[in-house]
Amino acid sequence: MKSTLKKLGYARVHKQMNDVFLKYTAKVVFPIIIVFSVNLFFSGHYTPGGGFVGGLLAAAAIVLLLLAYDLKTINKMISFDYKWLIALGLAVSIFVPLVLMIFGVPFFTHQAFYMELPIFGEVPIHSAVFFDVGVYITVASATLLIISLLATEQAMSDSEGADRH
Amino acid sequence: MEILVIVLAGILIGASVYLMLSKSLLRIIIGTGVLSHGILLMLLTMGGLKRGGIPVLDDSVQSYTDPLPQAMLLTVIVITFALTAYMLVIAIRVYKELGTDNVEEMKGVPRDDD
Amino acid sequence: MMTDIIPLLPVMIPLLAGIVMLFTGRHNIFLHRVISAAAGLFLVIVSIFTIIYIANNGMVVTHIGNWQAPYGISMVIDMLAALLLFGTALVTFTVVVYSFQSIGVARERFFYYPMVMFMITGVNGAFITGDIFNMFVFFEVFLLASYVLITIGGKKIQLQEGFKYYLVNVISSNFFVLAVAYLYVSVGSLNMADIHQKLSAFEGDTAILTLIAVVMLFVFATKAGLFPFYFWLPDSYFAPPLPIMALFGALLTKVGVYAIARTYSLFFIDNIGFTHQMLLFLAILTIIMGSIGALAYTDMKKIIIYNILIAIGVITAGYAMMDESGTIGATYYLIHDIIIKAGLFFLIGFIIYRTGESDITKLGGLIKIHPVTGWTFFIAALGIAGVPPFSGFYGKLFITESLIDNGHLIAAVIVLLSSLVVLYSVMHIFISVFWGESMDFTKLKPISYDKLLFSSFIMIAMVIILGFGADILYPIFESAAQSLYDPASYSGYLLEVE
Repeated sequence: MKSTLKKLGYARVHKQMNDVFLKYTAKVVFPIIIVFSVNLFFSGHYTPGGGFVGGLLAAAAIVLLLLAYDLKTINKMISFDYKWLIALGLAVSIFVPLVLMIFGVPFFTHQAFYMELPIFGEVPIHSAVFFDVGVYITVASATLLIISLLATEQAMSDSEGADRH
Repeated sequence: MEILVIVLAGILIGASVYLMLSKSLLRIIIGTGVLSHGILLMLLTMGGLKRGGIPVLDDSVQSYTDPLPQAMLLTVIVITFALTAYMLVIAIRVYKELGTDNVEEMKGVPRDDD
Repeated sequence: MMTDIIPLLPVMIPLLAGIVMLFTGRHNIFLHRVISAAAGLFLVIVSIFTIIYIANNGMVVTHIGNWQAPYGISMVIDMLAALLLFGTALVTFTVVVYSFQSIGVARERFFYYPMVMFMITGVNGAFITGDIFNMFVFFEVFLLASYVLITIGGKKIQLQEGFKYYLVNVISSNFFVLAVAYLYVSVGSLNMADIHQKLSAFEGDTAILTLIAVVMLFVFATKAGLFPFYFWLPDSYFAPPLPIMALFGALLTKVGVYAIARTYSLFFIDNIGFTHQMLLFLAILTIIMGSIGALAYTDMKKIIIYNILIAIGVITAGYAMMDESGTIGATYYLIHDIIIKAGLFFLIGFIIYRTGESDITKLGGLIKIHPVTGWTFFIAALGIAGVPPFSGFYGKLFITESLIDNGHLIAAVIVLLSSLVVLYSVMHIFISVFWGESMDFTKLKPISYDKLLFSSFIMIAMVIILGFGADILYPIFESAAQSLYDPASYSGYLLEVE
């Protein structure tokens, strides 16, 4: 594996990491991708989109930052514990269907109703949206966890070190 | 159209077999990814390939696609994504611990291990 | 409302326990232990309650999301699923307790208990789901957790064998999707009961069904470890530490066998002459291969792992008959084997942790120090071989009876001879470890082992209860087997819906 990387000139690429264009573009594009991922998330119920795709896209935005900067900077920017976030997402996506059972219906039976909002007019509110919030968080944080594990060998030897003592 | 997609799925599965029979860990993982793509194409084709409206939501829609294979497809994509991601992490660990990515050398009980 | 809640509990309890443990973080091991043991105990209570409830009221069905049966996903617990849930719950509880003193703090910090709980979520889900694609999803849930468990701790052999385990299972899972796709296009339904009803009145070409049967057998045989596809099993199960080995050996292969029984009783009823004969053929070859392995090795772990193969072969032979006595015997043997395999793994685990050796030629005379454990092991050996008062006997009796009734004399003889091999291989462990020349007792590890023995004794006690209570428990197993040999009783719940 290592020799392949060497052949591809990995060391040279590594030196070029301080790329002004990439860094500037990443800064500009990052909020656009995040907004688009939220858009995808909300369009989920009746049109293509949803929590999984939205979460993946949000993770992709952060990965773009990761490509432009390095892991240390990213960890400073977004200082969440991914494992805790995964647990939070899972908890949300489990508790919503469980809470819905108080309506006396089987598990996962969603409730939908319509709401009048000042600007948007009549907006459908579906309990699946809250379930999808959990999916969004879980997918985004799981992807980031795996990528941050892959990104540096340091991250893994850290977690090993934590287990030894 | 269906025939064409099925042939494509066959090609993908053939390619994945070639990849999985190679010796490098990374190629094997890519092979499993390609295999699942081939099989997902099969799954999608099983519902019939046609254009149409969104089912269930609108009564007036006359021609609509079968939503079930697409729902299944999405589920399988999610699962495959998680599996592949986890296995990439494990592949790096294997490479670091065993010092090789050649599966030929991954036989028997490794030394320096109880 | 009751029928809505009961099918959820076996899936929700471990899942919620796992999530709560993720929240508490990796350093609070004590909390992890308490939560997982409580979840295990709660699962046992719930599963006993479920068995009683089903015995009184019949099958429990809930329709997820209130989508009615053939269209939505249904969770169906019949007696067979309830019994398997009980076995799973018992193994979960004992494995968790066993892990306190054996798995080691390093692994516990690596989210060991949450992963066990997520795996149990998947296993329980696979038992109770009434939808073939949902079964695939639950398969993936427990497989993903098992990939983590097999590599947890990151020993070299674990990583190496974990990768092979992953590869084999990913390929067979992909073929599972393919089989579901074929089934969907030829039947047009995913609900297992609905598929059964549609296939009973199937007009089309039955050749495609035989093809699906073969693909499904490939998938489930790989998970269960049937003859040509068992090659990964001995090495992969050998790699992880003992509690995980017990969990895998007791549960994961049994899920594959359960899936074979379910699909072969509900779907493939047209071409029994081919599909079920093939199943029997593979089962017999599995028994033979397992016997060779069990006799060949002197490593205790390997011997028990090859004993798993023998048991899988015997159970599958019973299910291949698909008549009343065959399925009753196989179901009984399935539950018996979940319990006894876990118990045996616990006992040899105790020996390994106490002595630091797993090769029986280097051990001896342990009965002087551990007389109670020694005689417990003796009872376990009699139980697994099927010596009459203990539980293995009744299962094999019914299976052999059914094999002879259907004219498969050679198969019956091989099943009976396999008992001798099992008895020999396990007695071989007993004699060389507990009797014989005393080993150097000063080398024994000064570990605390009360929880190791606690788990083992629970399992062996269950074997004795199963054996002596066989008469009382017979109606339960009969009603469990009924949904296999009389699949109409399983798919009957669709009528209430429509």
